[in-house]
Amino acid sequence: MTGRPALDYTPHSETDVRELLGAVGAGSVEELFAEIPAAVRFEGELRLPAGLSEAELMAELTRLAGADCPASGLVSFLGAGVYDHYVPAIVDAVVSRGEYLTAYTPYQPERSQGVLQSIFEYQSAICELTGMEVSNASMYDAGTALAEASFLAGGQTRRGRILVSEGVHPEYRQVLATESAGYGPRPETVPLAAGMATDLGLLQGALGDDVAAVVLQQPNAFGALEDMAEAARLAHEAGALFVAAVDPLSLGLLTPPGDYGADVVVGEGQALGSPMSFGGPGLGFMAVTARLMRRLPGRLVGETVDAEGRRGFVLTLQTREQHIRREKATSNICSNHALNALAAVVYLSWLGKEGFPALAELCARRAAYLRERLLELPGVEAYTAGPVFREFAVRLPLPAARLVDALVPRGFLAGVPMSRFAGAFGGAAGGGLDDMLLLAVTERRTREQIDAFVAAVADALSSGEVRHV
Amino acid sequence: MSDGELSTSCREEILGREPRLTIFERSRPGRRAAATPALDVPDRPLDEVVPAALQRTRPARLPEVAEVDIVRHFTNLSALNYGVDNGAYPLGSCTMKYNPRVNERAAALEGFRGLHPYQPESLAQGALELLHTLEGWLCEIAGLARATLQPAAGAHGELTGLLLMRACHEDRGRSPRRIVIPDTAHGTNPASVIMAGYEPVPVVSDARGGVDMEQLRAIVAEGDVAGLMLTNPSTLGLFEENILEIAELVHGAGGLLYYDGANSNAVLGISRPGDMGFDIVHFNTHKTFSTPHGGGGPGAGPIVVGEELVPFLPVPTVEKREDGTYYLDHDRPRSIGKVRTFYGNVGVLVRAYAYIRALGPEGLRRVSERAVLNANYVLAGLRDLFDVPFERRCMHEFVVSATPLRAHGVRAMDVAKRLLDHGVHPPTTYFPLIVDEALMVEPTETESRESLDRIVEAFRTVAREAAEDPEMVCVAPHTLPVRRLDEASAARKPVVRQRFPEDEGAAAS
Repeated sequence: MTGRPALDYTPHSETDVRELLGAVGAGSVEELFAEIPAAVRFEGELRLPAGLSEAELMAELTRLAGADCPASGLVSFLGAGVYDHYVPAIVDAVVSRGEYLTAYTPYQPERSQGVLQSIFEYQSAICELTGMEVSNASMYDAGTALAEASFLAGGQTRRGRILVSEGVHPEYRQVLATESAGYGPRPETVPLAAGMATDLGLLQGALGDDVAAVVLQQPNAFGALEDMAEAARLAHEAGALFVAAVDPLSLGLLTPPGDYGADVVVGEGQALGSPMSFGGPGLGFMAVTARLMRRLPGRLVGETVDAEGRRGFVLTLQTREQHIRREKATSNICSNHALNALAAVVYLSWLGKEGFPALAELCARRAAYLRERLLELPGVEAYTAGPVFREFAVRLPLPAARLVDALVPRGFLAGVPMSRFAGAFGGAAGGGLDDMLLLAVTERRTREQIDAFVAAVADALSSGEVRHV
Repeated sequence: MSDGELSTSCREEILGREPRLTIFERSRPGRRAAATPALDVPDRPLDEVVPAALQRTRPARLPEVAEVDIVRHFTNLSALNYGVDNGAYPLGSCTMKYNPRVNERAAALEGFRGLHPYQPESLAQGALELLHTLEGWLCEIAGLARATLQPAAGAHGELTGLLLMRACHEDRGRSPRRIVIPDTAHGTNPASVIMAGYEPVPVVSDARGGVDMEQLRAIVAEGDVAGLMLTNPSTLGLFEENILEIAELVHGAGGLLYYDGANSNAVLGISRPGDMGFDIVHFNTHKTFSTPHGGGGPGAGPIVVGEELVPFLPVPTVEKREDGTYYLDHDRPRSIGKVRTFYGNVGVLVRAYAYIRALGPEGLRRVSERAVLNANYVLAGLRDLFDVPFERRCMHEFVVSATPLRAHGVRAMDVAKRLLDHGVHPPTTYFPLIVDEALMVEPTETESRESLDRIVEAFRTVAREAAEDPEMVCVAPHTLPVRRLDEASAARKPVVRQRFPEDEGAAAS
């Protein structure tokens, strides 16, 4: 061996290598690769830094992590799809167990009952939250789940358009548009009305017998609460499916989509026990009515019995999937986000029947409090109208990005400037988003922090630094 | 885990002598684990916060359980599962190698785990530097120009790569429709082709297990070929000897070459897809770069491309300024858009970074050398028992056929189930489709000689049992928490969620 000592996860000694080579009838390691044509052999060494010891490796990664400022370093009001909720210790304890962490997709059910049962429990929890009848074993994220919902709707209705509210997160819409380049219904957007809820009049006008589905998000990208029941009614009247994109934690407080007639529910489940991790891995989820079950993409776990009548769990309806049906599958998805789904069911069990609504209610009350306090400040105006769950937008008397910058040295991440989504909105939201700030409040933000934040915003607004740049 | 480590009641459940309960069935009214933080803002009727009309009218029936109930439930369930941490996992094409624990520690650093995707870039310089550096390393390993780290898994990478291919053809003013796929390809390949709006065209394998050149020439001559997807080494564990000729043929017809990187573990630092002529490559970090599979994800499926495809990469890309700082570039007018929210599975990518950084070029090359050595060693131990469809040097995995056992009425599936009794995770079965009764074995480089010997011994024992007592093998497993499970009835009358006493008769149908 040459070079400096570095990590090596292979267990072979040099003697092992010699003896194994002898057993396979090869004179050298080189000989093992003799079938690779010389013209495509890579000569020399990859231009990568030399290997490290574990201590050196952690020193480098700690340096990189230290160049970041995690949410714990500042008081954060960031949201827009990823939320700073508390992840309890038992979630980490369960998901770091090697039996879950280092297992493959449960193709051998007799040796994978742990993962299979946990997925069954996850599916059950998602059904309870959403009021739907069938949930799959997870998707990558809300954006790809929305694209799959569109493909499902196209397959079910054999129609070629999908109407998506501009209240659906701009990145979810961008993923849908990108993945629809050659397949599925054509996405079209429906603008928002003043107050930032979807303009249902325009929705009605755009509907027709070529629309496969209508998609609204609850609460929407501005935090506004939509009239989901009316939108679902309009969709169904036109023979289209109704797809609800929802924040799962909001379902501790808000009407479950099953109650307003959603055919498909998708969303981002990061808030259910996954850390923010710069946006991934989170948890895409997807649930449908019983009649759409056979069109679901991805894994699905069902209960069954073994040869002696004992209870067990298996992957079921696999004829929907790519490893069986290849080009006739409902989707190409194979790996999903099983470990995040496990985190979600542990988290939801931890919250429990009482704790889940209690947490949602606390977020809503604290968000309402922050909004009221901010709107007392001169120059700060409401942008999202009506009640909100844990997120809302306000109009500032200056560009929001400038306020965000000014609040960092004061110890706060003030929120998401909506200007980063410039171009994603027409209608009532189209008139420039520079002054718009989106703020989210989780259970980790105390009244003390909220009061200090409002004081810091007031201070920044009245100081010269943000007004004149 | 041995029986002795389990509590008595759980042991009874795991051994199958008592019915297993779900977490919902452990619920008792009034129990709880979490305590909600105190209400510290002014109290007022909830209806004033959110109108009653928007509120849910019945609570979600989540379990009412104590914290200790949850920990015991999921700990005991874990004992019914099996991972690389438990033992050998020679599941072909899945590269179930050891997942270094230090990678978990790295991903859990608060500076990565606690980052919000929309915080100012100046406060995320470490994460951006990591992503930028990792991109560069993947380009070097693939022998190509730039990469996107957005795709969440291999199949998602395939779709992304095909969308890039589509954008490239459109840019050239062409709109070919057909993608050629060998009959040995993973099922995700044809499924991804459909989702990208293309038509999959199969090409058969020749007598040496490679692409049948004559048929490929005929397909290409028919025209309308947008590209070809190839796994190299193939799912037969064989290196495609005609790769340069294939590349020339497809490129000559205006097509692009897509490299399914599921089997990259064989060729790190030994042969680069870019040098083979591929234009688009995906890696499965959860295979090649040791990120844990998590029982079915999350993974990551970064895509690496050649110069011509760079303008079409998803937004944002991570760029470095002259002053050494990093930023996200959203302003790329020819980009295909976005294939997932934010920047990809960053928590997974941190682990992949840690793996490549720990090993360096020498360590990565050693990975492939020993993966190939181990596979050849296991094949040598099984050669006399099974049919070997292609008498060639295997790479990191191999496929044998269990047809010799058919005389005893024993199928590949039975071999797999009986291997479970012998403490070895079974190989992939019935894949690739072109080999009858296929058993696809990939030991990986992290199995020791003793472990490889145990794998071989388990196979040999099962083969002997198949001859001596085939009835016993055909109803295996015998020693696990459950016997063979009835998948047919599960599909006929699906029970896919918890049933509560109050909604009997309302199950999904």
